[in-house]
Amino acid sequence: MTHFKFDNPILRIQDLFFYYGEKEVLKSITLDVPRNQVTAFIGPSGCGKSTLLRCLNRMNDMVDNSRMAGSMLKDGMEINTPELDTISLRRQIGMVFQHSNPFPKTIYENVIYGLRIAGVKNRQLLDEMVEKSLQGAALWDEVKDRLQESALGLSGGQMQRLCIARAIAVNPEIILMDEPCSALDPIATSRIEDLILELKKRYTVVIVTHNMQQAARISDFTAFLYMGELIEYNKTNIIFTTPAKKQTEDYITGRFG
Amino acid sequence: MIPSKPNFRKQGEHYVWGTGAALALTLLAAFTLIVVIMVNGLGYFWPARLAHLALADGSFVMGELTEENIGPQGRRVQLKVGNRDIYGLDFKWVDGREITSLTYPDEAVTLERRENGNFYGTLSAIRVDGLGIQTGQDLFLTLQEARKLISRRMEDIDPVVKEMGRVNLEMEDIRLEIQKLRYQDAAGYAAEIQELDLLSAAKRKAFDQMNQRISDFRADLAAHTVTLADAAGTLKEVPLVQIMRAYRPNRMSLWEKSWLYIKKIGELLTGEPRESNTEGGLFPAIFGTMMMVMTMSFFSIPLGVVAAIYLSEYAKPGVLVRLVRVAVYNLAGVPSIVFGVFGLGFFIYGVGGAMDQLFFPERLPTPVFGTGGILWASLTMALMTVPVVIVSTEEAFAAIPKGIREGSYSLGATKFQTLLRILLPSATPGIITGFVLAMARAAGEVAPLMITGVVKLAPALPMDGEFPYLHLDRKFMHLGFHIYDVGFQSPNVEAAKPMVFVTTLLLLVLVVVLSLSAMVLRNRMRARYQTRAF
Repeated sequence: MTHFKFDNPILRIQDLFFYYGEKEVLKSITLDVPRNQVTAFIGPSGCGKSTLLRCLNRMNDMVDNSRMAGSMLKDGMEINTPELDTISLRRQIGMVFQHSNPFPKTIYENVIYGLRIAGVKNRQLLDEMVEKSLQGAALWDEVKDRLQESALGLSGGQMQRLCIARAIAVNPEIILMDEPCSALDPIATSRIEDLILELKKRYTVVIVTHNMQQAARISDFTAFLYMGELIEYNKTNIIFTTPAKKQTEDYITGRFG
Repeated sequence: MIPSKPNFRKQGEHYVWGTGAALALTLLAAFTLIVVIMVNGLGYFWPARLAHLALADGSFVMGELTEENIGPQGRRVQLKVGNRDIYGLDFKWVDGREITSLTYPDEAVTLERRENGNFYGTLSAIRVDGLGIQTGQDLFLTLQEARKLISRRMEDIDPVVKEMGRVNLEMEDIRLEIQKLRYQDAAGYAAEIQELDLLSAAKRKAFDQMNQRISDFRADLAAHTVTLADAAGTLKEVPLVQIMRAYRPNRMSLWEKSWLYIKKIGELLTGEPRESNTEGGLFPAIFGTMMMVMTMSFFSIPLGVVAAIYLSEYAKPGVLVRLVRVAVYNLAGVPSIVFGVFGLGFFIYGVGGAMDQLFFPERLPTPVFGTGGILWASLTMALMTVPVVIVSTEEAFAAIPKGIREGSYSLGATKFQTLLRILLPSATPGIITGFVLAMARAAGEVAPLMITGVVKLAPALPMDGEFPYLHLDRKFMHLGFHIYDVGFQSPNVEAAKPMVFVTTLLLLVLVVVLSLSAMVLRNRMRARYQTRAF
């Protein structure tokens, strides 16, 4: 398989294995995530792409009876070690989920949640961050007059952008997105896609998607996973035009999966 | 061909009918119960007309018609004839055939007395010398005027009565102090004890003087009397101080009756019970019930919520946790009397007994905490209702979508921060549901209370103006126990019957009010913390 190495990757995954009980879900994944680019993980359901994503911010710690082996380096710092402070890791690596999950609080409180739990109390700073984050998530104009209303009154697409705003409010370096558009209509989807392209100027984005057109539209690099293995990883235009592996080609052309 | 409608059975219509019928039956049962209680309970306070019956044997009976039915000898009516001090019984059955005439005489008077129940009769004379009232006018008006004057006079001695209560408390304090000194070192404190004895004797003297004053005063007032004739013409002299209220029900307009009705209900809610609980108000019982429920909630809600948090958030799922959960759920099904026995053994004899040994050794064998009290009753009830709180809290936590937790963790929140800022607020409506259920259960439960501190008549409320204001060691009254006591332990069952319904109604109202207020709170919370279903 092709190893695509970068000089100074923000994330370097080496020989990563992941197990649910006895089941091997990820098999020897080795992959570099480049800085300030959009990297997409694609593959059929159950191929392990979401699991891989959730390894990156150690969200799988919460899963009972699971185990992780191998190495993940963020800027040379080991992620897969019990000594790691997952709290500060997750502040550096934010996450947006498949189903938007705003907290049952006001829009304002949703955005500053990460700052509040980090102990920020300065009202002025919080106000600034709310505006900045909401603007960063292209939501400010729609909600600026109702910041104190419940976040649960927003539309699906707005909720997802709120979750993005919430993630960027803590100023992470990487944003992980787990099929962020799969529950949205085409218009909301295209707004999020535009937003992702905007986000990559300041953040590194790793996105899991089911939708190959989406991967083709927004990502710079694409990794194809199948049955827990990384089949192919390359520049997106290469993967979608001249894939090296037969399996990749079959998947992209819709012959299976 | 147009397909024909599938038949009744195929559509499952008969099942729908079945479910509807089940619901209707349940509603009917509940509705009937409530109507029966309301009719019997609320009717009691309506100023009933006084019927005057002439009987075939030439005698007369007067009273309120309370019931009418067909007995073995045909139609018969029940009258509440009152005048317990003359007849011995309040109620009398009269055969329909014996009645020769039935009238509602205008001049018939109902007297509500402090003792011996109502008196029904007609006024024949009044003695109000020295009150400065013109006699010679209508006797009833004179009576009302005299009563007003006398009740104003009675207020004059209120400060004395209050002072007596204070002196009495001081004497009790001195007695306990002496007891303590004697216990510690009788010989060493001989001088102090003697001093206290003298002080106590002085207080006793003052107390006796005040007591004498009050007795004299009452005796003076008791000289003012009214004389009534009952249906048979027997005369009865009643001191005015004994009369709580006098009215002529057969002359009252609907409006007057309604006003009286409202006043009587007010008295029920705020007054003290009289005549071994068959008359008077229910205030101590209402207060005791509320206070017991609140003290119970104070213990059981925090305990239950914290236990549920551990069970659902921190405990590692496994056989042990499952066992604990099953045990907790089953705890809710343990007969309440078992909890009562446990409370008696553990709290009263165990904890209370140990507290007495430690803090009040001088008073032994008289217990302070080693006997039933509102604290122990509340703790026992708290144990009983904790499973309900645990179950509903756990359910509330389980209902929070997983994504919400993950969202919080992904922003760098710790488990505890997530719990405090996200999970607890979201679970609050569910916790309040548990609170409602626990309150309703505690308010309606009687058996465990009977052995942990409820009494037929409590001398003082568990909360008052005396330091330390909250007297959790005191015994208390409870509406549920009141129902049992009045209905089944009363010497005068027939007279107590309406009181049973009234008390039941009040208990129901209390539970409904408590539950409704909690539900309003919950709905307000829910509007704030509602999470969308995905």
